[in-house]
Amino acid sequence: MLDHEYSPPANRVIIALKEKGVAFVSKQEDLPNKKSSLLLEMNPVHKQIPVLIHNGKPICESLIIVEYIDEVWNDKSPLLPTDPHDRAHSKFWADYIDKKIYTSARPVLTTKGETQAAAMKELISSLKILDAELGDKPYFGGKTFGITDIALVPLYSRFYTLEKFGNLKMNEECPKLVAWGERCLERESVSTTLHNQYETYDFMLEIWKKLVVE
Amino acid sequence: MNPVHKKIPVLIHNGKPVCESLIIVQYIDEVWHDKNPLLPSDPYQRAQARFWADFVDKKVYDCGRRIWATKGEEKEAAKKEFIGIMKKLEGELGNKPYFGGEDFGYVDVALIPFYCWFHAYENFGNFKTETECPKLVEWAKRCMQRESVSKSLADPHKVYEFIVSLKKKLGNE
Repeated sequence: MLDHEYSPPANRVIIALKEKGVAFVSKQEDLPNKKSSLLLEMNPVHKQIPVLIHNGKPICESLIIVEYIDEVWNDKSPLLPTDPHDRAHSKFWADYIDKKIYTSARPVLTTKGETQAAAMKELISSLKILDAELGDKPYFGGKTFGITDIALVPLYSRFYTLEKFGNLKMNEECPKLVAWGERCLERESVSTTLHNQYETYDFMLEIWKKLVVE
Repeated sequence: MNPVHKKIPVLIHNGKPVCESLIIVQYIDEVWHDKNPLLPSDPYQRAQARFWADFVDKKVYDCGRRIWATKGEEKEAAKKEFIGIMKKLEGELGNKPYFGGEDFGYVDVALIPFYCWFHAYENFGNFKTETECPKLVEWAKRCMQRESVSKSLADPHKVYEFIVSLKKKLGNE
């Protein structure tokens, strides 16, 4: 698994592997400094992590990898529902998270001033939509932890960072997501993969300083 | 039916909506699984098919749009990028009749609708896809022999006219 401890897409794959109890080896890439020749060979199209290498063959794009993991190790902990409509529903929200949440989170964590403020506004409004979609369910899929939860949960470890950067309180903006995040952290697959809020804040602040201050 | 994105396509089946085209295609493949499977059965092949359909989704429309919506250096850059994307796809196709192998499949479904836009991109960008990626055009013509495709795609000349009028509306001549 070509990996990076602070990469949300990579975190997703690791969480999925742990949910399934699959033994794996994580090779940390030295990003953003250098891409290994193995990474360039295994993902020539996007040249990005995560890449899962299984039986010598690469699988790329985090949510595609999570579906693959669910199909290969189908004996336990299903990550997608069985009913086609419910599956489409889970994939729709995982896709929404990919398209809306991480794309507006990025400028929040890498810019300043008006650009950052505008991105923060958009991010919070998208998170409120997810908050409403979650509703009173324990997880996005209902009773079981699944692909939509996996898609979003790496962002949860950035909630403290968002609070500091945006001068807001996530508990006020999207209280249900905060409760959901804590619930996910009770799972070993999540708590042993994600860094805690403060470590994540230190890491993101360093990156932000390098990008914005220089 | 699509309060989140407010966009087409939306499939309404048994009164319930399914949104996002590739998610809908996968849904169709799962519900009507008794004939013409669009995705392979092997998990690795399925992941590869999803990867390339995702590549098409992420790259083709946006780049094509920049060819007709921009000018000068930006347009030239978009054209170069578009040709690069097509060449990558042509590489992936190789000598297979379809992206799915012997059978028309998921990636073919993802990409073929853009074929009726090629004429417009070529006019605005001043290039010929057939010169740059002959195998890809061969593939497209093969797909057009399928009734499912030929009856679904718009006339390329109408697409061109549509973009011309869209540019006018956007004040973009």
